[in-house]
Amino acid sequence: MTEKNITCIECPKGCLITVRLDGSKIVGISGFSCPRGKTYAENEVVSPRRVLTTTVRKSDGSVVPVKTDKPVKKSELFDLMAKINKIVVDGKVSINDIICKNITEDINLIATDNK
Amino acid sequence: MKRDLVIIGGGPAGLAAAVAAYDNGVKDVLIVEREERLGGILLQCIHNGFGLTRFKESLTGSEYADRFVKEVLKRSIEYMTKATVLNVTKDKEVTIVNPETGVLKIQAKTIILAMGSRERSRGALNIPGSRPAGIFSAGTAQKFINVKGYSVGKNVVILGSGDIGLIMARRMTLEGASVKAVCEIMHYSSGLNRNIEQCLNDFNIPLYLNHTITNIEGDKRVTGVTISKVDENRKPIKGTEMHIDCDTVLFSVGLIPENELSKNAGVEISPSTKGAITDQNRQTNIDGIFACGNVLHVHDLVDFVSEEAELTGKAAAEYIADKFVKNKNIEVKNGDMISYIVPQKITDGNANVKLFFRVKNVVRDCRLKVLADGKEIFAVKKSILTPGEMQTYTLRKETLQNIENTIELKVE
Repeated sequence: MTEKNITCIECPKGCLITVRLDGSKIVGISGFSCPRGKTYAENEVVSPRRVLTTTVRKSDGSVVPVKTDKPVKKSELFDLMAKINKIVVDGKVSINDIICKNITEDINLIATDNK
Repeated sequence: MKRDLVIIGGGPAGLAAAVAAYDNGVKDVLIVEREERLGGILLQCIHNGFGLTRFKESLTGSEYADRFVKEVLKRSIEYMTKATVLNVTKDKEVTIVNPETGVLKIQAKTIILAMGSRERSRGALNIPGSRPAGIFSAGTAQKFINVKGYSVGKNVVILGSGDIGLIMARRMTLEGASVKAVCEIMHYSSGLNRNIEQCLNDFNIPLYLNHTITNIEGDKRVTGVTISKVDENRKPIKGTEMHIDCDTVLFSVGLIPENELSKNAGVEISPSTKGAITDQNRQTNIDGIFACGNVLHVHDLVDFVSEEAELTGKAAAEYIADKFVKNKNIEVKNGDMISYIVPQKITDGNANVKLFFRVKNVVRDCRLKVLADGKEIFAVKKSILTPGEMQTYTLRKETLQNIENTIELKVE
């Protein structure tokens, strides 16, 4: 039986959550104060995920901020950055426009500003 | 030109105040914004985590700003961009300069100060060393990278572990830079735990607590820094120096409310918040001049800025309609361990008042006590209070009605 301590990143509270594991099986979770935190901790011990936020280049040289519309695997962050840094978009972009469909798994890269 | 309400600053505070004032009956509103678009500092905050309190979802800064800009546009509230306010007088005359109209003067019935805050600089800390290129405040680096699309540096040392510094550590790492160290002079980080986790620990970036930069080296460009351990008085300890090669140094060492205009107008400034002294309506010592957002006190979360700005916008509308109630004159006092409380005065005993406060140091297993006219009326156990986390306490109107002179918060 092992114990993992996790700082929740779901909200500014930053709860310290303890997950007890029997091998890779979760046998107990404590310390969370909302359902989001519980889910976060469950995922964090199995396959940690993060929403990636960055910018993409526009053809006029300016940049527009983007994010993945769901959390992506933490281990994939740098591969995705390399992919995103190759993207160039044309014309006006609005919030929620899909910049790259299924950039990984079924996750889209979407614009987070109007530019 | 005459206006019922002039709002100085089109960031989160100015936008929310404008919408609230409009919805409470003030239609003659002008927002004056220095930058090219509305949104303020949120526009360079491309990371997520905004709006969890208000919208129950995690938005990026630019998405959060957009929600409020849309509300302003929906109401056709007038705004002026690329417009800098040069002066505000106590008689509420606002002098503005912008490229289209040149200098113009507006006589306002009310003014809401919503100028936000600015970053403390290297100069404010007296960090020794040369003055090569490659030294930025964290917010400037953030603007260069996220808004302008420039690359700022490859090997980075960050001084200060506030949230902006932590966010930039992650941002620069993702952009391919190597963040060698984050140094924090205090024994704790003033940043949120979640940011220590997702911005530093996720990328194995070392955080050196009780450390500061004691020298910056380089001729044309930064070539390295010396960092040293500090003692309990925050003085560098001889013999603990460590050299780190780097080409970039970021300073993330706190925000200061930007109150030059307020001071010119004769607004009284609190030495502890560096913002105006106000009552529960966020009205300053000058009748009809209000202040909200980071110009009043530096907030941790924009959600609280919006909440405060809405209260202020509504109050400005009530002021214009001559509906202010003044039946109390209660002083809000900082007790033991409290660094500040906003508001500092309460003049209306007929409505609940939410007090926002910070503690001076990290305190564990303590009791927060509320004293009315010197008598304890409430106490609650707290497992931990930190200066980085703004606290709130709501005074019920039923309680307020019975208070004569003072309300005090203290921590034991």
